[in-house]
Amino acid sequence: MSTTATHDDHHHAPPSGFGRWLFSTNHKDIGTMYLIFSLVMLFLGGGMAMLIRAELYFPGLQFLEPDLFNNMVTTHALIMVFGVVMPAAAGMANWMIPLQIGAPDMALPRLNNLSFWLLPAAATLLILSIIVPFFGGGAPVNTGWTLYPPLSVQAGMGMDLLIFTLHVLGISSILAAINIVTTILNMRAPGLTMMKLPLFVWAWLFTAILLIMIMPALAGGVTMLLFDRHFGTSFFDAAGGGDPVLFQHLFWFFGHPEVYVLLLPSIGVLGIIVPTFARKPLFGYKSLVWGMGVLLLLGMVVWAHHQYTIGMSVAATNYFMIGTILISIPVGLMLFNFMFTMWRGAMTFETPMLFAIAIIMMFSFAGTTGVMLAVVPADLQYHDTYFVVAHFHYALIPGALFGLYAGVFFWLPKWTGHMYNETLGKIFFWWTTIGFNLTFFPQHFSGLAGMPRRIVDYSVQFVEFNQISSIGAFIFGLSHLLFVYIIIQTVRGGPKAGDMPWEGAQIGTPGLEWTLSSPPPFHSFETPPTVK
Amino acid sequence: MLNRLRKPCIAFAVPSLLLASGTAFAEYKFNLPEPVSPVTKEVFDLHMLTATVALIIMVLVTLVITYSIFKFRKSKDYQADQEFHNGWFGTWSWLFVPAIVLGIDLTIAGSASSTFDLIEDKTPADLTVKVTGSQWKWTYEYMEDDVKIVSSLLPKEEAGDRYLRMVDNPLYLPTDRRVRFLHTATDVLHAWWVPAIAVKKDSIPGYINETWTIIEKEGNYHGQCAENCGTGHAFMPIQVNAISGDKFDKWMSEQKAITLAKAAEAASGKVLTLDELMAKGEELYNKNCSACHKADGSGLPPVFPPLKGSVIAIGDISEHLDVVINGSSGTAMAAWGKQLDDLELAAIITYERNAWDNNTGDAVQPSDVKAAR
Repeated sequence: MSTTATHDDHHHAPPSGFGRWLFSTNHKDIGTMYLIFSLVMLFLGGGMAMLIRAELYFPGLQFLEPDLFNNMVTTHALIMVFGVVMPAAAGMANWMIPLQIGAPDMALPRLNNLSFWLLPAAATLLILSIIVPFFGGGAPVNTGWTLYPPLSVQAGMGMDLLIFTLHVLGISSILAAINIVTTILNMRAPGLTMMKLPLFVWAWLFTAILLIMIMPALAGGVTMLLFDRHFGTSFFDAAGGGDPVLFQHLFWFFGHPEVYVLLLPSIGVLGIIVPTFARKPLFGYKSLVWGMGVLLLLGMVVWAHHQYTIGMSVAATNYFMIGTILISIPVGLMLFNFMFTMWRGAMTFETPMLFAIAIIMMFSFAGTTGVMLAVVPADLQYHDTYFVVAHFHYALIPGALFGLYAGVFFWLPKWTGHMYNETLGKIFFWWTTIGFNLTFFPQHFSGLAGMPRRIVDYSVQFVEFNQISSIGAFIFGLSHLLFVYIIIQTVRGGPKAGDMPWEGAQIGTPGLEWTLSSPPPFHSFETPPTVK
Repeated sequence: MLNRLRKPCIAFAVPSLLLASGTAFAEYKFNLPEPVSPVTKEVFDLHMLTATVALIIMVLVTLVITYSIFKFRKSKDYQADQEFHNGWFGTWSWLFVPAIVLGIDLTIAGSASSTFDLIEDKTPADLTVKVTGSQWKWTYEYMEDDVKIVSSLLPKEEAGDRYLRMVDNPLYLPTDRRVRFLHTATDVLHAWWVPAIAVKKDSIPGYINETWTIIEKEGNYHGQCAENCGTGHAFMPIQVNAISGDKFDKWMSEQKAITLAKAAEAASGKVLTLDELMAKGEELYNKNCSACHKADGSGLPPVFPPLKGSVIAIGDISEHLDVVINGSSGTAMAAWGKQLDDLELAAIITYERNAWDNNTGDAVQPSDVKAAR
């Protein structure tokens, strides 16, 4: 901020113009930028999904070449994971963690600025990786987001750009994670002990720790890939004494915990929303916190269940199977706790609560297909089919994305000072949920019937399920125009929201964010609040 | 409400849509195909067990949530029980919920573990087939009989409705004999998967993975490559024709005779005319090379270069021989010396040097290939 000698008024207005955003060290502004960035990327990644489903509407090649099709599959995944869910969750962390723990800002505000502004740079590299093949940059990246060699060694310059994209994203994530851990551990208001923290804060603490542990493995793996491509090493080339499977281990050592990175923030959001609309305290707060801790530890040591088909030893395979099945314990406990937070509550069903209930059901379903997939012999049939595609979209769309939608509806009144249009919110909920299920439920069947992932053309026996799926996808995709409309409408005006727009918001939690005005002042909690 | 009804609704809607659509296809399935080997049978049962557990859990979750939604709502003036989480249920649920889940988990894991032992059973087999994945075809080698089959996609014109299911040369296997598959790959990852007869294991360059089967019923079984292998990944079907042991023995002796005749022809040192080489070369080229370099020699640049007018195809013969026999390191070009015999290589190279206006007039003889190896 301003460092002039006449600086004596702490309640100055926010700086104006472009500099407010470019040089921002304010957690609310940076949070807003994260959220807008992820909304833009949602449309980019979603547009690619629409292209994929349009191509698959009929068998045969319609308008995407095989390589371009798999390039869309690859980039869709990377954008959704790194460009949508992670930034949106980070945006909510930026906005809400300081407000919920009574801190004036994040612990490291300038680092915060850097971790955000690395993202547009990474997004530019990612988009370039799609574009260069059209201008003589070699073959498109057609590997899927797992980037398995030797196929990824065959790809053109786009692959190098993707590797750099992942480097930049990794740096951004690690910096943001360090900031969040530091903030939560050091900046809590007096009296706000760890076991009084809102569940969202706990969830992000675990998420951030996880990010710091896994990102280096990915960075190392893709750097080795870069060396194999250009500097004559053969880390992953059997002909040179290397091992193609090594990359898979490095990738999934990152890739599996990454699922929990996407998931945990939304579990945290549910931990705030469900008690609010059930008007009673969270059931099993302690076991939820411990459950997330156990999930973190277990999630770190089961990565090879993505690679049952590589021919591991019987002992190793059995270990990874049992470890993976055990994940159902913390996850089952979490879902159980949410269900019994609703039990004997006094529920109302505003949009965030509708999302929360739908998430509990659809995520339970993803959990049960997850156990099916964990069982090695059966997975040797399911592996790399649409059954897997259906499973992880059921886990990640309700588990991560819908959790963030619920959070957006829940906190929009606090962020903007306006209530969103409840009728439109409910329409959006039903529209998007029906579209989602119509898209992905049939894919379980096409997978079991034998349709592999990442194929641009399929045998006529799979036509019906693919057509239902594509129609569902267009319904699902279109619903997001309404989502943007609701957000813009709320930002621009609407009924005034009170400081605490939700009746049950402070039941059982310190609820510091609700002690501020809506929207909160540019600088909040300049003197720390005290929690009894 | 609708949210909960949707899944069962779709489950009913889908079959009725199919009936209405009129394209009812004989092979159409909702579930894994009918298993025809001991391994796939056990896997199928395990799949049904876990699917049933999943269904029961989903029914319970749905019941609890439905009941809550109707009973515990503010609009019915239900007063929230603020002490519910402090009762015995809230105090001990962290213990008994994991205990129940653990019980279910161990039941499933125990059953899975014994099935996995069956999959990994290493009893000696009656015959061994080495399955090699390459971009984008399958090569089958009957190890005991020294017979090799190259199997690739049957074009749409010939396959019709069964396009992407049918191949030009299916893999023939005997029923009621134990078959061992050895999986490997020459270029990138592939996965050989025929759901009815064997589970999948990846084909990895530099690795050899093992699966086995005993096919209990005659018939044609279909599958396709299950691990993304690039441009032609969708176009790598697998077809296994299971026939009785007697028929198989007869088929095998025919194949052996053909293989011997071919080897004799290649070794005879006979000098072929340009026309003979061209005719043979065209057929072999379209089968082995056209997936990447295309039938008209235009390739799929930049990964797969064009051969029409290429420096190698119209330049020095020895360099051309070297690239085809030994491959080109750092590129997708495979070493064909190991996969094709002298005559086949000679025909392909001759074809490449004379087709598509390359017109060098060179006739490469099997003896030239032998010398270049």
